[in-house]
Amino acid sequence: MRPTLLSNPSPAMVGRIKALLFVLCLLPLTASLWQALSGQAVNPVETLTRDSGSWALNLLLAGLAISPLRRLGAPGWLLRLRRMLGLYAFFYASVHLLIYLWLDQLFDWGAIGHDIIKRPFITVGMAAFALLLPLAITSTDGWLRRLKRRWGQLHRLVYPLAVLAVIHYLWLVKRDLTEPLLYAAVLALLLGLRLWWRLRPTLGRQVQ
Amino acid sequence: MLIRHPTDIPPSEITPHSVYLNRRQFMLGSAGLLLPVASMAALPASKSRYSTTDKPNSRQDITSYNNYYEFGTSKDEPALYAGRLKTRPWTVAVGGEAGKPRSFSIEELLKFPQEERIYRLRCVEGWSMVIPWVGFPLASLLKQVDPTSRAKYVAFETALRPGEMPGVARRVLDWPYREGLRMDEAMHPLTILAVGLYGEALPGQNGAPVRLVVPWKYGFKSIKSISRITLLEKQPPTSWNMAAPSEYGFYSNVNPAVDHPRWSQASERRIGEFLKRKTLPFNGYADQVAGLYRGMDLVKNF
Repeated sequence: MRPTLLSNPSPAMVGRIKALLFVLCLLPLTASLWQALSGQAVNPVETLTRDSGSWALNLLLAGLAISPLRRLGAPGWLLRLRRMLGLYAFFYASVHLLIYLWLDQLFDWGAIGHDIIKRPFITVGMAAFALLLPLAITSTDGWLRRLKRRWGQLHRLVYPLAVLAVIHYLWLVKRDLTEPLLYAAVLALLLGLRLWWRLRPTLGRQVQ
Repeated sequence: MLIRHPTDIPPSEITPHSVYLNRRQFMLGSAGLLLPVASMAALPASKSRYSTTDKPNSRQDITSYNNYYEFGTSKDEPALYAGRLKTRPWTVAVGGEAGKPRSFSIEELLKFPQEERIYRLRCVEGWSMVIPWVGFPLASLLKQVDPTSRAKYVAFETALRPGEMPGVARRVLDWPYREGLRMDEAMHPLTILAVGLYGEALPGQNGAPVRLVVPWKYGFKSIKSISRITLLEKQPPTSWNMAAPSEYGFYSNVNPAVDHPRWSQASERRIGEFLKRKTLPFNGYADQVAGLYRGMDLVKNF
């Protein structure tokens, strides 16, 4: 196949795609802040909490979709977007956590500790963030070099943390489970594909 | 931390009645007064000593952030779809343990002496509003059907109109929506049937044409768009209790000391306020209603 712009872009082109992605990933926060601060949102704190949580999950799943897409024939440069998607997932998760600590709990650490112990959805949400934090810290080229093989092992934490994040959503919903179950289905597909390819390596190579 | 707000603003200062009247006159004048539209009719209502002096939320807030699962489970769907509900003709059948069971048309309900009741509303989800309802005591209606001595509870049912309610296609709850009160709760002067909001007919998303308002209980007890009221000897099944018995009790009195199994009820976010405020026992109506529950274990009877 003749290399096209999309299958084999120049490094400068990839740079521009990354710059575009960087701006795109800021749009949900901008939209959410606009809704909250302009008075369109009746319950602005709830809007910010829900939107930041949703986008943390969206970007986490987008990052997890890249390697299966690659295996199904998508161009290789997509891999170069994965770190930014992961870091943005961390960014939105941090905003989500900060709103909880500040606007919900007013940094009352006693109440926060109590909440973490007593409320399962908070417990798993915190656990997910605790697992995401080292991945964000070690996302630099320097840490990649320093940790060598360990880096890959460490970053497999993304699988359990994604499961915890979806459970966090499932457990907080009052009644209508449609949306969290949709996230669960997408995550099951992304993790299921990996498992399938691992258990059936020959098939995976044929597809490639 | 509790941010104190002045609570001495008279409601008349917040919603200048003349603004509504002027707008109405303008619209009538320019439209040429074609048909008497029910939703445009102002509801004359007297002031009530039961009204709170808390600042009411804006009409915009009250009518665009609603829980009404028959029209969808998100907060904005009721405002989008509840207009589909045909509220004329409308009757409420009142029966069961009653000496004189009968139906009331919405026109008959509107003839009860109406009062403005500015009440706090505390949702079980942890937010609250202050709402200027127009309505009348449920007791006035119940007295007309002559409850028998066996009437210990009152059951309420929301109309079920699959053709007009897009949300009931999914069994999020076991339709029709059902609620219930103990007889003394139903007869309490704070308990009203509301037919209006901000001096006008109740909008669809707020439970048109007639809904219950029980201000010391979590919002879901205040059932919307009522089509049936039944007096009973036994405690009736109620929708949220049927859906999740460990999370939503029959009583569901606002109680900061009893958490929802999954979240705290100690504080609430008043819509329009930045920081949370402390939730009050019985939503601040303890002086009036705590006596109804004397000697009861409110943790067990949540």
